[in-house]
Amino acid sequence: MSPEPNFLLDGVVVPFVAGQSVLAAAQAAGHDIPHLCWHPDFAAHGSCKLCTVKADGRTASACTLAAQPGMVVENRTPELDALRRTLLQMLFVEGNHFCPSCEKSGACQLQATAYALGMLTPHFDHFYPDRPVDVSHPDVFLDFNRCILCALCVRASREVDGKSVFAIAGRGMETHLVVNSTTHRLADTDLALTDRAAHICPVGAILQKRVGFTVPIGRRPFDTPGDEGHA
Amino acid sequence: MNDASIATICARHDFDAGQLLQILRAVQTREGWLPAATLDAIATCLKIPRAAVEATASFYSFLHLAPVGRYCILFSDNVTDRMLGSRELMESLCRQLWVEPGHLSEDGLVSVATTSCTGLCDQGPALLVNERALTRMDEPRIAALAEFVRNKVPLDQWPTAWFAVEDNLRLRGPLLNLAAPQGNALRAAFAMGPAGWLSEVRESGLRGRGGAGFPTARKWQACRDAESDARFVVCNADEGEPGTFKDRVLLTRYADAIFEGMTLAGYAVGARRGLLYLRGEYLYLLEPLEAVLRQRRAAGLLGETVLGGDFAFDIDIHVGAGAYVCGEETALIESLEGKPGRPRIRPPFPVTQGYRGHPTVVNNVETLVATCLIALHGGTAYAGQGTPGSTGSKLISVSGDCAAPGIYEFPLGVTLRAVLEACGGHDAQAVQVSGPSGMLLAQSAFDRRIAFEDVPCAGAFMVFGRQRDLFEMVRNFAHFFAHESCGFCTPCRVGTRLIAKLLDKIACGHGSPYDLNELAQLCEVTQATSHCGLGSSAGNPVRDALRQFRPAFERRLRSLDYAPAFDLDAALAQARQMTGRQDSGAHLRGATE
Repeated sequence: MSPEPNFLLDGVVVPFVAGQSVLAAAQAAGHDIPHLCWHPDFAAHGSCKLCTVKADGRTASACTLAAQPGMVVENRTPELDALRRTLLQMLFVEGNHFCPSCEKSGACQLQATAYALGMLTPHFDHFYPDRPVDVSHPDVFLDFNRCILCALCVRASREVDGKSVFAIAGRGMETHLVVNSTTHRLADTDLALTDRAAHICPVGAILQKRVGFTVPIGRRPFDTPGDEGHA
Repeated sequence: MNDASIATICARHDFDAGQLLQILRAVQTREGWLPAATLDAIATCLKIPRAAVEATASFYSFLHLAPVGRYCILFSDNVTDRMLGSRELMESLCRQLWVEPGHLSEDGLVSVATTSCTGLCDQGPALLVNERALTRMDEPRIAALAEFVRNKVPLDQWPTAWFAVEDNLRLRGPLLNLAAPQGNALRAAFAMGPAGWLSEVRESGLRGRGGAGFPTARKWQACRDAESDARFVVCNADEGEPGTFKDRVLLTRYADAIFEGMTLAGYAVGARRGLLYLRGEYLYLLEPLEAVLRQRRAAGLLGETVLGGDFAFDIDIHVGAGAYVCGEETALIESLEGKPGRPRIRPPFPVTQGYRGHPTVVNNVETLVATCLIALHGGTAYAGQGTPGSTGSKLISVSGDCAAPGIYEFPLGVTLRAVLEACGGHDAQAVQVSGPSGMLLAQSAFDRRIAFEDVPCAGAFMVFGRQRDLFEMVRNFAHFFAHESCGFCTPCRVGTRLIAKLLDKIACGHGSPYDLNELAQLCEVTQATSHCGLGSSAGNPVRDALRQFRPAFERRLRSLDYAPAFDLDAALAQARQMTGRQDSGAHLRGATE
């Protein structure tokens, strides 16, 4: 039998199976490549671009890049982390992200990734978009201010729940999440609290009602030093 | 519009959700815009989620989810239109009609706004009224137009001269001298058989004319080799790159050759069906194109038995709805499938998984016309023109500061200087080749050559005279990219907007050297990390201009170190308005409004 194929990630040997992406193989082997829109249960989306790596000298998204034997992949280099900080800053200024008042703080992948990559300021001028909050649903808050357009809820609702409660509409800076109802109210969709889509949001855009701060600050997934960036 | 007539339109499209964009277009044509209830009815008819209908409807500039004027007037906003005075004309029209740009008049009669380049740069300033193209606008025409609108004169009664689109063929070569093939190129290819025909194309060295320059024979071969029971040929007539209008002329005068080229491609790859994606701005060409298709069907050049043999092929035309990104081949395929035009993850490439998952070749209009030449005269003859790496001729759409804007056919390898001499661009300080996503070249580069190995050109050649301010050109392009970004990936969605905002900051006198460095860095990030060519080339104009025309930026800088973008005094404007104050105490010290 031939040995398992592998590639080099920052000098470390990472095994993979044929067809696996660089990101999936790295995560499976316990190596973190920063990411927001990727999730192990879903096909790659390739939109956040946080997982940008250099493979054999060329930049590419690790989530959509098929691993090849002998590939040399740079991940946590100062140059790539600087690119990622800029991408994070873009995400922070295009929405309204006020971590201190957000229920997701400590469990938010955007916040944790920003800490992990040493993002200290938003750097760019905030866009301060005027976005609504939808509290119509009995069990779920929908806060568009925090949406980063990763489309995980879109994919979960369609592929797991079989419902298509969410979709991405608009174009350019007007790109936004919509729900599947004429009124644009979450209450008028068939979203249920048991849906996968209700629990997959990596940020605080989709939150369950009546469980706020059940897990106190300090005991949340990313609160332990060194855990940043690991979902 | 009632549900029954929506159902009739959906029925005409076989209740096929893949036809959603065409259905939305048809419904809007009747109603003027797309009210929420209409989206509901379409979703019900097609049995797809309402959110999916909304996603497509909200993506395209020419689909309206809010009412627009019964006269919906859109000024083409390319830099060449601006150089011909489009901005002043739009202000003048708004003044005469008592409307604000981008807002519907209170009586619902008229709305005036801008749109991305309409491909009439050789006869601008151009505009669209209810999707019909008007050329060569000037103050007298604008005054008359305002009068027509006020008096509610139907478009059909407006002077026909206003709708005249000239072809402006200035220099002809083998391609423009091609007579309508009417089956002759097909007969030649059929005589060679599919494999022989493919090797003739290989022999010609033909590379794609849409910009990327991929070898046509290789693309066709890959599609032919892909396992499938169905294959498709797509003609990309979504000519959206600002400054490009050569496909407009081909679609106007050489439609027979385009369809023959598509059939030749179908024969080579083993496809039975072709789709031509016509940009919405060229809607006026739809009926003449359909007429050519009918003629070809009647002549036995399309249908179940092409030329009486056993090869079957037919062609449908899809119309776009105002989205530059659909020029990217995978975005175009998404749009053909009725979805928002967001580029796909590649691989897989369209040659293995394209339209509806089947192997698909997407070729530029000009590429397909060139294949007729190859079939008629042979690959070797075709390769006799141009350079070894860039065979054949190239159509160049020249606009801007020159004596004779229009279409020029040159052998590839032609110098920029030769093009400038031919068009009378004697006073050029720079040319923008291949549109905003291409290259800005200063005088020192005028001996460089248009060829894939030197300066690639998809068609646009915009000339900037010495009097022009290249900073304003760059700012126009930056806003174009921000407007046309599909919004899928972070760097393009946000980065293009940040670049445009920084240029606006510099334009209004708040810039500092810090901002120039910021611009350079943003261009690098969007270039390195974007999902598709739109984002990765969006920084090109800024980068090129900063490198070659830095003084155009520097003379606008107010301070030598940092200046904030936030203007505190301007931020108080709303408070002043609400309190009715304009006295000096209502302003920050030293600030004026």
